[in-house]
Amino acid sequence: MKFDVRKFLADRSVPIMFIIICAVCIPLSGFSTSYLFNEIVTRIVRNTFLILSLLIPIMAGMGLNFGMTLGAMAGEIALIFTSDWQIWGIPGVVLAMILSIPISILLGALCGTLLNKSRGREMITSYIISFFINGIYQLVVLYMMGPIIPILHESIKLPRGYGIRNTVSLLNLRQSIDNLVSINVAGVKIPVISFVIIILLCLFIVWFTKTKLGQDMRAVGQNMEVARAAGINVDRTRILSIIMSTVLAGFGMILYLQNMGNIATYSSHSQIGMFCIAALLVGGASVDKASIGNVFLGVILFHLMFIVAPRAGTVITGDSMIGEYFRVFISYGVITLALVMYETKKHKKKKMTKEGTENEK
Amino acid sequence: MERIKNIIRDFGVPRFIILAFLVALFIMAPFVGADLPTQITNLLNRFSWNAVLVLAMVPMIHSGCGLNFGLPFGIIAGLLGGTISIELGFTGVQSFIMAILFATPFAIIFGYLYGVLLNHIKGGEMMVATYVGFSAVSFMCMMWLLLPYHSPTMVWGYEGKGLRTTISLEGFYDKVLSSFLEIKIGNLAIPTGAILFFAVLSFIMWSFLRTKTGTAMTAVGSNPVFAKASGVNIDRIRTLSVIMSTWLAAIGILVYEQGFGFIQLYMAPFNMALPAVSAILIGGASVNKASIANVIIGTLLFQGIVTMTPTVMNSMIHMDMSEVIRIIVSNGMILYALTRKTNDGRRA
Repeated sequence: MKFDVRKFLADRSVPIMFIIICAVCIPLSGFSTSYLFNEIVTRIVRNTFLILSLLIPIMAGMGLNFGMTLGAMAGEIALIFTSDWQIWGIPGVVLAMILSIPISILLGALCGTLLNKSRGREMITSYIISFFINGIYQLVVLYMMGPIIPILHESIKLPRGYGIRNTVSLLNLRQSIDNLVSINVAGVKIPVISFVIIILLCLFIVWFTKTKLGQDMRAVGQNMEVARAAGINVDRTRILSIIMSTVLAGFGMILYLQNMGNIATYSSHSQIGMFCIAALLVGGASVDKASIGNVFLGVILFHLMFIVAPRAGTVITGDSMIGEYFRVFISYGVITLALVMYETKKHKKKKMTKEGTENEK
Repeated sequence: MERIKNIIRDFGVPRFIILAFLVALFIMAPFVGADLPTQITNLLNRFSWNAVLVLAMVPMIHSGCGLNFGLPFGIIAGLLGGTISIELGFTGVQSFIMAILFATPFAIIFGYLYGVLLNHIKGGEMMVATYVGFSAVSFMCMMWLLLPYHSPTMVWGYEGKGLRTTISLEGFYDKVLSSFLEIKIGNLAIPTGAILFFAVLSFIMWSFLRTKTGTAMTAVGSNPVFAKASGVNIDRIRTLSVIMSTWLAAIGILVYEQGFGFIQLYMAPFNMALPAVSAILIGGASVNKASIANVIIGTLLFQGIVTMTPTVMNSMIHMDMSEVIRIIVSNGMILYALTRKTNDGRRA
């Protein structure tokens, strides 16, 4: 096998493009190195767990799980309850995680079942599911919490007497995990426990791919027909992969919110799927292939761009909004590019196998 | 009994629920003190604003490109047309005609590029379309700030450059269609001009689908293998359908603006695809089948729910749940359509 430089570069075009963008923007933005390092560490801690939750459905051939928002909503509901019960600190985080599991499983099972009914267009379906469940979420949180689901404390209720306020403060929970053990390396605060949790999840994913279920998922992802012939229950395996992703996304959202320190009840989850997916793709993942390395590279590059772009945009154009719009455009552009590349490849492959069978005839 | 069951099944359970819900709203309206003529006026108005955008779904569904989640792409062409027309100083009815003329070349170019792109990714159109739309909208957000617009009615007064987020159309094409031949009976007002405009476009679409090219388009959508065998250039027909959809979206947004009275820029086109998609689905279309009747019924039902729920619900239980209901109904309908079993051979 000869090393093909062009192919190597072409496969990594997105990360390379991002490295260039960051390399141009960092000096322009004029941020100090220690500031940037601090910000990046914070964002790795905040987002990595969420992004890792996307890996399992990709392995099972179900594409980018836009339905991870469902897990995020489950996590938020759990946190609303724990903050209503005034359980703070580490116990609060752990309890919220436990509470989120049944909700995530329920939503994940629903999502998985629907995705099994819409094979070949899983992504658009999971995308619409996230909107649909967002409607249900609002129905529950905005109207049912209070009259139907008991909420004890007035402080998190809207003044009208039912529904949850637009922001729920998690001040007493804020960074309780991050601050548990943290060390200071050259002015950069490193939350050890949070990193340990992320590494444990990585190890879990590595271990999981080697289990029977993980192997089944991989087989289903490669070829559903072959997997079925080999006696794998395809539908069940696919649903399980979505459930696992949803539960992990729920945990991820709880860790994310404990770092942020408050819940924006009606908007925290709405963009999270898009940002996580964009970050994963920036790391060089594609719709059908993603690794833990992609997650880390992606989270660093994407958020570096996110921090420096607005300031650099202001410096270049003199208008602060340009940079803001630029980073939104880049997020969507990256996803579009990845989707187009994936679908083109799939279309070509389909065409080739079709022509191949025709030639055999 | 069997027959009734069959009818309900063909009609689709969610559609049935939506229809029943709307009928219930109309029955309850007088009891909660809502004025029926005003309600109907609202409904007709909103119908006339949105119908063309829903009509834009038809060509792409016919040619098998699925639901056009990339509607914002066409909307941008329309916004460009509208803003250029105002920039060049046209007013009144003229500004509307010029807006259409300016929007057309953009729509054709965008539609062509978009169509060529979609031909490379057959089978995955809907997801890509969604994100192509999003990318285009966020790209244009930068452009609205950077393009050299100068008309004082449109740019930020303070800096003298960069378009405003909402631009009032007063003096330009505000209500040019709606007020044309408007019929007023008491509280009831019928925006005749706008409805006629939609009727003309629908008729053109209807007759087009019966021409040779139109039949070929339907053939490409329903049976590409057969279409190819009978010598139809599939890629060309698909591109044509995408251009038509994009152009109709451009016209659709201009019609929407003339009714609404404002041009909305920046992130506004972002979420305009979903209501149009769900409207045509509520009207009885599926991922690969749609007719003009679906457009009319769907827009009426969807806009009916949008206009009726706030008034009726508010006065009934003093809770404004309309927004939540709208989200659940529209996305639930799209979800239902996506999870229906479609014959896979047709999408090959």
